[in-house]
Amino acid sequence: MQTAPGVSALDGIRIRPATAADTGRIVALDQAVTGLPKPDYWQDMVARCQPPQDRRRFFLVAEDGDAIDGFIAGEIRSWEFGSPPVGWIFAVQVRPARRVRGLGTRLFEAVCDCFRDAGVHHVRTMVARDNTMIHAFFRSQGMTAGPFLELEMRLD
Amino acid sequence: MRLQKATVFGLYAVLELAAAPDRQLTVTEIADKYGISAHHLAKVLRDLGRAGLVDSVRGAGGGYRFVGDARRLTLMDVIRLFEDVEADADDQPQAGPGIAEGLRFVLAEVDSHTVPTLQSISLATMLKLVARRPWVNGSSGR
Repeated sequence: MQTAPGVSALDGIRIRPATAADTGRIVALDQAVTGLPKPDYWQDMVARCQPPQDRRRFFLVAEDGDAIDGFIAGEIRSWEFGSPPVGWIFAVQVRPARRVRGLGTRLFEAVCDCFRDAGVHHVRTMVARDNTMIHAFFRSQGMTAGPFLELEMRLD
Repeated sequence: MRLQKATVFGLYAVLELAAAPDRQLTVTEIADKYGISAHHLAKVLRDLGRAGLVDSVRGAGGGYRFVGDARRLTLMDVIRLFEDVEADADDQPQAGPGIAEGLRFVLAEVDSHTVPTLQSISLATMLKLVARRPWVNGSSGR
């Protein structure tokens, strides 16, 4: 089988760009993990990553047969907070039954390849302080503290 | 968070042994490599043995070897063997003038990054970090 550009086949799992037809399965996977349905959010996220666009937004899925077992979404952002262009990872999700087998790593590496191909040299993300699992995942990929601190305050 | 000497020695020993789980090292070999007290390290290794992280092999050619799960054990798991982390977090003035409360708030903010960071770094991740040495080429971004 010929592999389309930007698509890699590994042990039956194919990492490929998401299409609008994947949205329902992405919503279902996210809801199964987080318990929160966010159909409008994911529909918008997937739609914004569809061609034609400027190849600065990437939404990849890990497909095994008809199932989507994981996804990752990222975007190249430039000059916000004075930061040179950097690839941001906004979301990563792997079906619990498929975890600890390297699928998250494949998704991470795939989106990093997209960022590299687009000419950026750093990848960045943000994690909830109490989410040890996702924090440990990004650390295991080699990520460390970056040059920014997040600040916030209540407005009421 | 200020780490006691025993904690730092424990981290040295566990990481050194976890880097090559099939290898046995004596107390002296580890102590010499890090320039630390062999007497103190011996006590630390006994604690690590009681916690099931290392195993001692007696006799000629004996020493210690790592028997834990480097992908599951985190830096905080090792630190908790030697430090009362919760008590450390509470070791601030509980009430008082506004300035004291304000300082407690800011120091708590600093501490709030420490525990999640140490909890998120497994021994395997730490060893990969050591191999990559991001502090040399500046790839950490800091």
